[in-house]
Amino acid sequence: MKVGLFIPCYVDQLYPDVAMATVEVLERFGVHADFPTAQTCCGQPMANSGCTGDTRPLAEAFLRIFSGYDYVVCPSGSCVSMVRHHYEEYFHNNPTFEALKARTFELCEFLVDVLKIKSVAGKFPHKVGLHQSCHGLRELHLGPPTELMNKGTPNKVKQLLAELDGIEFTSLQRPDECCGFGGTFAVAEEAVSCMMGQDRLADHQQAGTHVLTAADMSCLMHLEGLLRRQGKDVAVMHVAQILAGREPQFASQRGGTSS
Amino acid sequence: MSHPSAQPHSAGHPAAADAFVANEPRAHWHDKALWFIREKRDRAAASLPEWETLRDRAAQIKAHTIANLPHYLEEFEANAQRMGVKVHWAADAKEHNKIVLGILQQHNAKKVVKSKSMLTEECHLNPFLEQHGIEVVDTDLGERIVQLREEPPSHIVLPAIHLKKQDVGDTFATHLGTTPGADDPQYLTEAARGHLREKFVAADVGITGVNFAVAETGGIVVCTNEGNADLGVALPSVHIACMGIEKLLPRAADLAVFVRLLARSATGQPITTYTSHFHGPRPGCELHIVMVDNGRSDIRASDDFRRSLNCIRCGACMNTCPVYRRSGGHSYGSTVPGPIGSILSPAMEPEKHKSLPFACSLCGSCTDVCPVKIDLHHQLLTFRRELALKNLIPLSKRVSMKLLSFVLSRTWLFAVGGKVMRWVMPKLPRFMVYNRMNAWGKQRELPPMPPQSFRELYAIRKHMVNKPNGEASSHSTKGAA
Repeated sequence: MKVGLFIPCYVDQLYPDVAMATVEVLERFGVHADFPTAQTCCGQPMANSGCTGDTRPLAEAFLRIFSGYDYVVCPSGSCVSMVRHHYEEYFHNNPTFEALKARTFELCEFLVDVLKIKSVAGKFPHKVGLHQSCHGLRELHLGPPTELMNKGTPNKVKQLLAELDGIEFTSLQRPDECCGFGGTFAVAEEAVSCMMGQDRLADHQQAGTHVLTAADMSCLMHLEGLLRRQGKDVAVMHVAQILAGREPQFASQRGGTSS
Repeated sequence: MSHPSAQPHSAGHPAAADAFVANEPRAHWHDKALWFIREKRDRAAASLPEWETLRDRAAQIKAHTIANLPHYLEEFEANAQRMGVKVHWAADAKEHNKIVLGILQQHNAKKVVKSKSMLTEECHLNPFLEQHGIEVVDTDLGERIVQLREEPPSHIVLPAIHLKKQDVGDTFATHLGTTPGADDPQYLTEAARGHLREKFVAADVGITGVNFAVAETGGIVVCTNEGNADLGVALPSVHIACMGIEKLLPRAADLAVFVRLLARSATGQPITTYTSHFHGPRPGCELHIVMVDNGRSDIRASDDFRRSLNCIRCGACMNTCPVYRRSGGHSYGSTVPGPIGSILSPAMEPEKHKSLPFACSLCGSCTDVCPVKIDLHHQLLTFRRELALKNLIPLSKRVSMKLLSFVLSRTWLFAVGGKVMRWVMPKLPRFMVYNRMNAWGKQRELPPMPPQSFRELYAIRKHMVNKPNGEASSHSTKGAA
């Protein structure tokens, strides 16, 4: 099985351990993924700003770089959703793209749907707050969103974590409200974006979350930015890091916030 | 207190939202009030095992109707006329207002009562009629409150949701003579009821909106919770019903689908308190139906935005929208706010409403609550492209995205640029990073800058893994790059 790692641009540059944890989780299940170094970004920042012309070269690069792989795996629901739902206009009826699209998976989705992994063994004795990143939830259906009434789909992210020894999920009042990141929205609508983030964090606080996790690092970058400004002692981890056996890093243990 | 502006803020949605969020307790109160309705909607929807099937069915009926709209409009007109209805056609808001005024003048009408109609809001009928010396009284309680305050509605189903009972008490004390400082809802509602009864009795003509029009019968359906549409048309001998041409349904049986979805989606009720069917005028009376296009045919012609005509104005997308709940309806500066308004308004006036498709984090919750399955968040994204093509996005954004694309299209530049950024940032004094130019950093820290990127760590790791055991590499895959 020839698997290509598709790493979001900002994860490559700012959260290298999330990508490394993804490599390790895949290896744990016998998949030796390859990171084609020509990759940069899926083009979502430009597309979300309306500048689809500026996205085209990146969409074309994606096709060129990854079409030789049996599977493409990415630790981000948002970037996978970009490929799956928003590349249509660049590759209208292109069979190579259609085939590649069908083989491109978000990490948890790949583990559950392709590798047929039901749960992951290990230990994580912490109170975990699961942030349901919108694109993973509502675009990729990684779990059942509260809006829909056909509750058939299991929550793939939660399912993978659920069997870890000692893990305890905190119970949120609004289980899947948006964190307010939204790409350029985070800057263009700064006031609303930060209020949304604060409200998510307040919900996690009342629920007793010690470790905040999600399948998308972008939501966590926004929430972590708020937490660190306020000096709150909540550890922030991508799901891949928990699955790879990483320990949470609490600010209190590090002796203050790093910057 | 200062009232939220009715006009779109000159700097668009972000500036208006900023002002709304600045009063944090009030913004939180607004968020919670609407979330309460979203939760009621969830419970009502969950009570029907066939909920998702109903949504599918409704979307199919609407798609079919919009595709065959000319046919159904003609069928509706013929059937309505057969029952004695006078059917009028208006290409735009101006024509609609002229038609309504014409009917009023023909009957020498000076006093009009009007139940809720988003279409007449869209056409700005009230100010037009007032200019011509006609008194128009909105009879929906929420609408009457905002009318007295000379504000537009902030929500299509809950027009005064932005107001607290104290605000209503102040408004009524000024306009209806209630005791200053009194804010007991029962007392205030009774005062409004007494006031509105006088208006109902004195009205020359009653105007209503239309929730559904049925092609095969020529009948129209008006849904209210207060019975004000029925009261408004019961006494006057002339009833004018104003509707957008997209309100049509082919068969009476289709109502069963939509009536079940409407109130559950809107307020979590199983059905609106009053669901009134009008089939022609009462004996000796007149029923006029004004059918309005006002840009709908253009939307219908667009493959990208046609589905927005499915909208039944339930407001569920507003109640669920995390941005709407925290920025208030007035921040949109358009008749219909929230997700659906952020498509419909710029579709009609792109320049004026260019900030609205960006007033969205693309969370997709609106798409999943929509009872007629409009892919709202995808349409909002598509609209951003439309605006870029029309050169209606700021130059700064266009330039920065070009630059970003230039860097990201060159792997070496991306890798070197990232390295430089990660090296420089931690060395800069704080004031150079966190200042007025950095909107991200106003309330948030930037992510920590790691010494090495993943691509650097991966290269090292690959080297290490391959070195001790050259055979191991045969298990791993060869890169395509």
